[in-house]
Amino acid sequence: MIYKVIAKSEFKRFTDALLRDNTSFGPRQVDTDSRGTAVYQFLPVSSSDDVAFDYTATASSAKHFFLPFREELSRFTFNDQEWDQQITYEANPIVLIGLRACDISALNILDDVLLNGHFPSPYYLAKRKNTFVIGIDHLPLPDCFCKSMSHHTISTGFNVFCSDIGEDYYLSINSSKAFNFLKEFETRDPHDDDNCRLVERRKIISNSFLSEVDVTALPSILDIEFDSPVWEKWGNKCLNCGTCAMVCPTCYCYSVEESFDTDLKGASRQKKLYSCNLVDFAEVAGGHNFRPKNGDRLKYRYYHQHRGFAENANQQICVGCNRCGRACLAGINPKDVINDLRMEKESCLTNISSSPDRI
Amino acid sequence: MPDKHFVIPRQDINREDFTSSIPDFNRRAEIMKTDMGYKCIVTNIVQLTKQEKLFKLRIIDPQERGIFRFKPGQFLMLELPGYGDVPISISSSNSNHEFIELCIRKAGHVTSALFTLGEGAHVAIRGPFGSAFPMDEMAGNNVLLIAGGLGFAPLRAPLFWINEHRERFLNVHVLYGVKEPSQQLFTYQFDEWEKISHITLHTIAEHAEEGWIGKTGMITDLFNDITIDPEHTYAIVCGPPVMFKIVCSYLDKLGIPMNRMFVSLERRMHCGMGKCCRCMVGSTFTCVDGPVFDYWSVINLKEAI
Repeated sequence: MIYKVIAKSEFKRFTDALLRDNTSFGPRQVDTDSRGTAVYQFLPVSSSDDVAFDYTATASSAKHFFLPFREELSRFTFNDQEWDQQITYEANPIVLIGLRACDISALNILDDVLLNGHFPSPYYLAKRKNTFVIGIDHLPLPDCFCKSMSHHTISTGFNVFCSDIGEDYYLSINSSKAFNFLKEFETRDPHDDDNCRLVERRKIISNSFLSEVDVTALPSILDIEFDSPVWEKWGNKCLNCGTCAMVCPTCYCYSVEESFDTDLKGASRQKKLYSCNLVDFAEVAGGHNFRPKNGDRLKYRYYHQHRGFAENANQQICVGCNRCGRACLAGINPKDVINDLRMEKESCLTNISSSPDRI
Repeated sequence: MPDKHFVIPRQDINREDFTSSIPDFNRRAEIMKTDMGYKCIVTNIVQLTKQEKLFKLRIIDPQERGIFRFKPGQFLMLELPGYGDVPISISSSNSNHEFIELCIRKAGHVTSALFTLGEGAHVAIRGPFGSAFPMDEMAGNNVLLIAGGLGFAPLRAPLFWINEHRERFLNVHVLYGVKEPSQQLFTYQFDEWEKISHITLHTIAEHAEEGWIGKTGMITDLFNDITIDPEHTYAIVCGPPVMFKIVCSYLDKLGIPMNRMFVSLERRMHCGMGKCCRCMVGSTFTCVDGPVFDYWSVINLKEAI
């Protein structure tokens, strides 16, 4: 990693040059919600003026550039009784600007899951290799709990990461590609003063988290509370719409469907993002559903998010961005569910022994 | 200062010389097809019962045929272009390198389409995927194969293995329960197994039909017919989830250690590679860590059976 400091005006010229000649996506305001707060999404941008650098958080995450809602896995062409299968792992280079630390963390988790298992996914790899990521730090929203998941800072997974230190950006450069581009612009090595400002900025970010979730020993609590009534309580609220999984930066579960082309000369095998909250997620042929109740499916989502699975060495895959909490139509918030789960057993601690008297 | 132009070059991962951060990415693709299927020809179709057919497949490309090897208990994804793919356990012998046999029940969208196929049709297979029965570990012991209904299909591969290495095993019992006698699979092989391979076969049907001379009752009734030496017995159980509970807890009471009982689980699968998460049981994937689990792992997994 190489650290540089660049003036904001010079950074604007750098991003202009980069965004103009490449397919680029950055945060832009699309609307305001009922409470009057701005809604941002990652949309195509062509110059730094398009990018809302001071945005809060996008409603959808950046995962859709790597895991689109619908992706063709392979294509069949029919010829009389015969068929042929074609697969191409193709991706065009794109630039993603303005990702937050937790968004990049989420990509790192997806890397872990999709590239480090028994069967690395070439579809994902092609997209990940062809993406130039520029991250920018930000002050958290009141309901973010990235700090509790320790995803509020980031050290890998990006090409350049910018920290706002007043007049300048403090750049962490993590790829030779980015370094070569930046050679053409006026940057300087960080002074002692810049380092101080960086530390100060990090301190401010770290101190401005208002939400906190206690995740110590959460995996074992989830195991113990498998039959807890908490799941039924929250499950009864859940509408099974799957919105949480769609906005989640790390939810990657999918279904594979095949369909014939309308001219019947070909067929396409498509992968579609799915959600474990949808009713038929665990249904097998013959109609048996292994998770028939709302609570079962909601529980499963929390299991996957906060306990993790074998593929990523049982790490938590939640990054704490709280997009699911904001998007949920029924008002289910991960913070509340986890706290509820903790309180469930703590409420029966009526008899905690006090600390021993001093001798 | 003139305008700067930066176009990010495209990295093509289809290239042969591509070296990714995953070292064995290219090599693995040679050994095992995960996205592109092996093209197979359906050489023979046997109607076993009203609902089940036995498909005999042969991989067309001789080189690919040489690569495809599996272990008893593993499954493959059978693909019918345009309809989709389904996980099917392999029910042929793994020493048969020419043909692959799959016992399929007409249950859903893809299998219904498969049932319309005739001999000579082309399908694709991906795999093999999943874990296998530890046949070497079982050697030198008694083996108990317990099947319920269609559960006999995944048991046929280990049964073939036992037949081929009969001298390595002591007593081998097959307990096979079905709802109705007409649902029995592979009846034409019963004599061969009993008389040539000296495997004791016990069958039972829940509801007797006309002409049924065998036993009537639940699968657990068959345990009265045999004596089990819990010290030297391995069990393989396959059937509907209800059966696992009853049979395994019975064997547990007899004193067979939990890590010597193996079950083969069934889940919906879309990828077979531990990516789509459709087959998650507890914190494991049925496709990568399973479908063969020992009973100890199964009781530790929530919602497994």
